[in-house]
Amino acid sequence: MAKQYDTVIGLEVHIELATKTKIFCGCSTEFGGAPNTHTCPVCTGMPGSLPVLNKQVVDYALAIGLATHCHITQVCKFDRKNYFYPDNPQNYQISQLYLPIARDGWVEIETGSGKKKVRIHEMHMEEDAGKLVHDEWDDTSLVDYNRSGVPLVEIVSEPDMRSAEEVIAYLEKLRHIVQYLGASDCKLQEGSMRADVNLSVREVGSDTFGTRTEMKNLNSFKAITHAIEGERKRQIELIEEGKKVVQETRRWDDNKESSHAMRSKEDAKDYRYFPEPDLVPIVIDDEWIARIKNQEPEFRTEKLERYKKEYDISQVDAEILTESKKMAELFEATAALCKKPKKAANWLMVETMRLLKDNAMEPQDLRFSPENLASLIDLADAKTINSSVAKEVFEQIFLHDVDPKAYVKDHGLMTVNDEDALRQTLTEVIAANPQAVADYRGGKEKALGALVGQTMKAMKGKANPGRVNELLREML
Amino acid sequence: MDILSLSAVELGKKIKAGEISAMEATKASLAQIAAEEPRIHGYVTVDEEGALKQAEEIQKRIENKELTSPLAGVPTAIKDNMCIKGQLTTCSSKILSNFKPTYTAEAVKNLQKAGAVILGKTNMDEFAMGSTTETSYFGPTMNPHDTNHVPGGSSGGSCAAVAARECYYSLGSDTGGSIRQPSSFCGVVGMKPTYGTVSRYGLIAYGSSLDQIGPITKDVTDCAAVLTAIASWDKKDSTSVKRADYDFTSALTEDVKGLRVGIPTDYFTDGLNLEVAGAIRAAARVLAENGAVVEEFDLSLVKYAIPAYYVIASAEASSNLERFDGVKYGYRTPEYEGLHNMYKKTRSEGFGAEVKRRIMLGSFVLSSGYYDAYYLKALRTKALIKAAFDKAFESYDVILAPAAPTTAPELGKSLSDPLKMYLSDIYTVSVNLAGLPGLSIPVGKDKKGLPIGMQLIGNHFQEKTLLRAAYTYERATGKEA
Repeated sequence: MAKQYDTVIGLEVHIELATKTKIFCGCSTEFGGAPNTHTCPVCTGMPGSLPVLNKQVVDYALAIGLATHCHITQVCKFDRKNYFYPDNPQNYQISQLYLPIARDGWVEIETGSGKKKVRIHEMHMEEDAGKLVHDEWDDTSLVDYNRSGVPLVEIVSEPDMRSAEEVIAYLEKLRHIVQYLGASDCKLQEGSMRADVNLSVREVGSDTFGTRTEMKNLNSFKAITHAIEGERKRQIELIEEGKKVVQETRRWDDNKESSHAMRSKEDAKDYRYFPEPDLVPIVIDDEWIARIKNQEPEFRTEKLERYKKEYDISQVDAEILTESKKMAELFEATAALCKKPKKAANWLMVETMRLLKDNAMEPQDLRFSPENLASLIDLADAKTINSSVAKEVFEQIFLHDVDPKAYVKDHGLMTVNDEDALRQTLTEVIAANPQAVADYRGGKEKALGALVGQTMKAMKGKANPGRVNELLREML
Repeated sequence: MDILSLSAVELGKKIKAGEISAMEATKASLAQIAAEEPRIHGYVTVDEEGALKQAEEIQKRIENKELTSPLAGVPTAIKDNMCIKGQLTTCSSKILSNFKPTYTAEAVKNLQKAGAVILGKTNMDEFAMGSTTETSYFGPTMNPHDTNHVPGGSSGGSCAAVAARECYYSLGSDTGGSIRQPSSFCGVVGMKPTYGTVSRYGLIAYGSSLDQIGPITKDVTDCAAVLTAIASWDKKDSTSVKRADYDFTSALTEDVKGLRVGIPTDYFTDGLNLEVAGAIRAAARVLAENGAVVEEFDLSLVKYAIPAYYVIASAEASSNLERFDGVKYGYRTPEYEGLHNMYKKTRSEGFGAEVKRRIMLGSFVLSSGYYDAYYLKALRTKALIKAAFDKAFESYDVILAPAAPTTAPELGKSLSDPLKMYLSDIYTVSVNLAGLPGLSIPVGKDKKGLPIGMQLIGNHFQEKTLLRAAYTYERATGKEA
């Protein structure tokens, strides 16, 4: 029988924090400015410039550390990590090695095989690097320091995960926590959340770890899943062939769906870490911790449970609604305004999700107000508008946050309940569609639908479809 | 009246009184620079045009009563490791030989606010690494008292320029004695303030945890005035300290009655030149005659200061100097193949031998496997040295010591034996390790006519005690010109 193998995975996750300014200077962190416009002597490494810590970074890091049940290092320090690369203007990165802000935490994940704790080894604060732009034509490279000094936290897990499913669950859990804290938008594709995967395999039953590799450049959950599967297979094949797994850093190539070695442990860099002398130790007193703890929001897991109880909605629906804090907030506010949680949930889960997809948007990009959605729900409930009109109006709310009452009035979209007008139109429709009328009378129920459709069209969608149905049956 | 023989504060008074204009003083200084530079080479850059323009503007602002500082209109010179916007700032290194900063150092800004006329930038040991100002890419500075001798270092240009009257005062920086030792060799007053007193923003770092900017002046009164002008709490420097009192001139009183002065016996050992030892003891007697209580005591740990200092300063320097890589500013090798070759050639060609030695030393002590044995041990030693000083300051207000074991060595005699050169920092480095204020004041000359400096060391934030003791000494002995 073939040998069975376990996969052992630990993650290093970098998260870009949502501060307005950089970690060590007052420059904007805004994305997409013209190259080197969000820069100053500090974040371009000018001689004589000095870093000054942005307190908001500590607030966010502290919030994440507390939410992930970490032990907070109440006197923590920054260290310098020395390496030469042009995207790093000082040729050292200000990071934390010896006294990181948080240690020894955990998060609970849930997968098909149940609940499980993934331990967090440590979390530290550091600065991001700039961006290199290679001009192939000119055979030169240019550096853009707009990202240089953008604050990051790096969360290092213990090797507690055993499958891609667990890895994704862990990342989702972190993402939800951090997003709910408002500490980052955690967009994998845009790089505001990045994960490096440390993976090794061992025979089932073994209590020692195999040699691990580190996989970099994973920009989507799909890439992470494929990289884990590929690397597991690669390592098992090596072992089966009697070869050794080499401890090395590998780079995932999303196009080729394979990885290649970047550097081995032998040529691993010596970063010559030492305490950053330009910054003083950060003293986090009990009050500071208490202040952050008091600001803690209701996290997704608790929200989800509450929705099920309080609003009597299903697990699946609650999952969709709590997927992002923005969506959950919209739901709660709308439900409170119109007192119809199920309808509010429905609009958010169906139409909102569809429009998000059509417009390639994320839930956190939602801009419409709960007042307008609640008002739309009321209009539809009062049958002031019919359901197809409601969808049309909702699209306007979604895109431009219009006031549905004003919009319906301005565009004359109120449902027509005028019996005379309806009968008049129906008479015309019946006269114009003898075949359908004959079919219906011949017993084909379906033909009625066509006639209803014709009527709705003739009335520009404003008729009450239920009433149209009733009257049609009556007149035929 | 010889305008050049005035002190900075005396000149400032005369400018305010309308007896001398800022322009006249500036022109006199520029003429002196023109006359003395061939002999001294104290400057890397003389900004004649800029100085005249500043003098004109400052004179107007003095007449409009906008500028009231005692230093308004007084010409000064700045060590070439402090950034001035748009002005060449080289650290006396080839690698920054073309570098013009985009901003001005906070200490220099403070001087500009006080109405200083900046004549130019002074020569130094490359990146402040050296004790003789001979490691400058632009060639050595000569001691004005005898041009066959070095002025000391690394602020040798700043000290020589003051001694040669090429400026009324100057700014230096002190990482392990770089203000106090050359002040001693050049016969001027120099002070390293308590760490955190003067902002380091814009000072091109050598050893960040040790670097401190300070005044180099003709007398103690000027020292207090310049320190008052440059000291400030600066949010841009996280290690800057907010002090209760920034008026150092109020310390200028002749009163050392009951002042407890301790002389560390461990400083008076074999390595100390006898003439220097004699001059220091004589100076101590002057303080005693004026009412100070002078005693000898064991400071301990003295022999550990040099290794601890060179490990910490070199470690920090190896990292601080990584940014000089040819990518963003400064010198880049003209021909290279690829990034790593560019780095290697740029840095090999751009740095001098002493800088490379310290980068290698610093990289070594930080490298994995050696960090604990060297860097961490040095940090522990630093803490012990600080504790030894804390203990000494329980018994003494001032510690009195030589600034250097000898007077200025001859040119060309030091660099061939770097270890010996490092050992000559024995009396100054521990002050930086402990973050204390230290002042050097001239107390005589040796047989060859070379100046001898006495160092006064105070507890944290006790600059005023040092100024008071130095002022009393100066008054009691008659000021040296």
